[in-house]
Amino acid sequence: MLAMALKELRQLARDRRTVAMMIVLPVVLLVVFGYAARFDIDKVPTIVAGPAADEAASNLPSRMDVIATHPEWGRDQAIDALRRAQATVVVIADPQHPAVLVDGANLFGAQSVLRALAANPSLPKAEVLFNPDLATSFVMVPALMGLVLVFIGTIVTSLGVVRERQSGTLEQLAVMPFRPRDVFLGKVLPYFGVAIVDLVIVVVAGLWIFGVPFSGAPWIFAIGALLFLFVALGMGVLISTVSQNQGQAIQLAMMTLLPQILLSGMIFPLDSMAIGVRWIGYLLPLTYFVQIARGVMIRAAPFDALLVPMGMLLLLGVIVFGLSVLRFQRDLAPSGTGSRHRRSEAEASA
Amino acid sequence: MIASRGRQPEDRTTGWGLDRVTVRFGRLTALERVSLGVGAGAVTAVIGADAAGKTTLLRVLVGAVRPSEGRVRRPEKRQVGYMSAGSGTYGDLTVDENLAFAARAYGLSRGVARSRIGELLDRTDLMAARRRLAGLLSGGMRQKLALAVAIVHEPELVVLDEPTTGVDPVSRAELWRLIAELAAAGTAVLMATTYVDEAERAGSVLVLLRGRPLALGTPEEIRRAVPGELYELGGRIDDWRAWRRAGRWRVWSPDGRAPEGARLIEPDLEDGLVMAQLAYEASQPEVAA
Repeated sequence: MLAMALKELRQLARDRRTVAMMIVLPVVLLVVFGYAARFDIDKVPTIVAGPAADEAASNLPSRMDVIATHPEWGRDQAIDALRRAQATVVVIADPQHPAVLVDGANLFGAQSVLRALAANPSLPKAEVLFNPDLATSFVMVPALMGLVLVFIGTIVTSLGVVRERQSGTLEQLAVMPFRPRDVFLGKVLPYFGVAIVDLVIVVVAGLWIFGVPFSGAPWIFAIGALLFLFVALGMGVLISTVSQNQGQAIQLAMMTLLPQILLSGMIFPLDSMAIGVRWIGYLLPLTYFVQIARGVMIRAAPFDALLVPMGMLLLLGVIVFGLSVLRFQRDLAPSGTGSRHRRSEAEASA
Repeated sequence: MIASRGRQPEDRTTGWGLDRVTVRFGRLTALERVSLGVGAGAVTAVIGADAAGKTTLLRVLVGAVRPSEGRVRRPEKRQVGYMSAGSGTYGDLTVDENLAFAARAYGLSRGVARSRIGELLDRTDLMAARRRLAGLLSGGMRQKLALAVAIVHEPELVVLDEPTTGVDPVSRAELWRLIAELAAAGTAVLMATTYVDEAERAGSVLVLLRGRPLALGTPEEIRRAVPGELYELGGRIDDWRAWRRAGRWRVWSPDGRAPEGARLIEPDLEDGLVMAQLAYEASQPEVAA
């Protein structure tokens, strides 16, 4: 038994990634969970509109964080502001038609506001827009679509590319008369196609099974989803270029998925996270897809309201895809002056 | 003939090869000033123990490794066929699909590819297995498929990394038939091997030891060039460099002096390789422990 345990320890010590995962991951998870795993939102971004906006702004419950007052706004502008996610609540301080409009797509923010309003009978009854029943599925399904896409895009792509290396065929490709970009695109495009089919299936299933609305323009959603796939597939290729086998690729892909599940705002609202953890969320592509999917599907957000998440996905895509192209080209280029990683490969076969 | 581009064995040139090539990976020197000509219409073998630098040499010639020093002469990429040590075929594609992929990669038209694939399936006896997944083929069949993939485009230079390692004797013989046919059709063939009997069949042989060229020439030339004499004995003898072969002992005498009771014999290539290695080691300065 001792011999077996010693052998196992030796093998484990050689597998540095697994050791790092076993030691670092619990600490990271504990810290991240501690700071991120909160459903309560202390401050709900609020806009106060209507002729009596300034006076009303000072009488709101402290939980409602007034970020702007617009005395000139009416109900239409208020709804438009919510559609564009400029705030979670708009209080219309109009003596004729007072109203409190709440964005139901921001589930936890809306719940927080409703609780605050319930304790303050002097304010008008809240009107929840976009998701009047505050159904969890309305909020979760668009986010889960993103998770499914990142799962398929990243893991399946990374496995597909690393399989080529593992079977020794990458070397064969390197000596064939392909340009590196032919190999790269030829490798990635089929996964892109499959991911698009997956996207359609997931959207249709989400709408049909869970009754999630699709209030906005499909073309805006499609652009967001394609940009998101661009990043997810790029991550898959990048992971494959730093992995020697499929086990390593899965391990790395899972390590990129976990923070996206926890920190993208998919489950825990970004607004409730400590700032030290929240910025990690702003580096993750799922964060922006969740904003786009919820925006288009639930709030019917217009394109210009989603320029920031779209732009961020494009930026992340360019960075991740650029890096993956560079690394992939290096894999196909003749070795001899490469990094330690390439050297060790060459040494092994020398 | 497998390669049927119409080139005749007699129009030979010593076109391809390496000139004083050195390859370094960081502090490790994988090849040191290796020169080798790979002539058309002939098989050239690189032989050496594991980690001798055989694969690196082959990869330099096909352009997968950039030499640190020296010059490489190779045809354009479309005229090179390479069979890597890992066979380089896709286990989850059928025999047909593997060949079709290679044909398409090398730009063969649909019609040419179809007739060429049919011809190769015939020659390699893989016709009956054409719809089988490559991953389900026996070792020998998979190596034959890999060879077919490497030559589907009728390249001028074919580079084979240990094509017969780990295959059964019948498949080895078949592979050799295919390789010999390639050379007979005018193709320049370079292959790495660990088998002396295979090297013996080659037109010329390069012997590598720890990245350095130990001997280069025809098997006959290598045998003749070995210094000293070879003796055979029934038992072991102290203070002589000796090795056991076929139940008896071979003794290398660098100065030709005969051990007592030994019989002078003619070295074959295997003996020649051992003697060349011993001679090389004897010429190296001793490193103080």
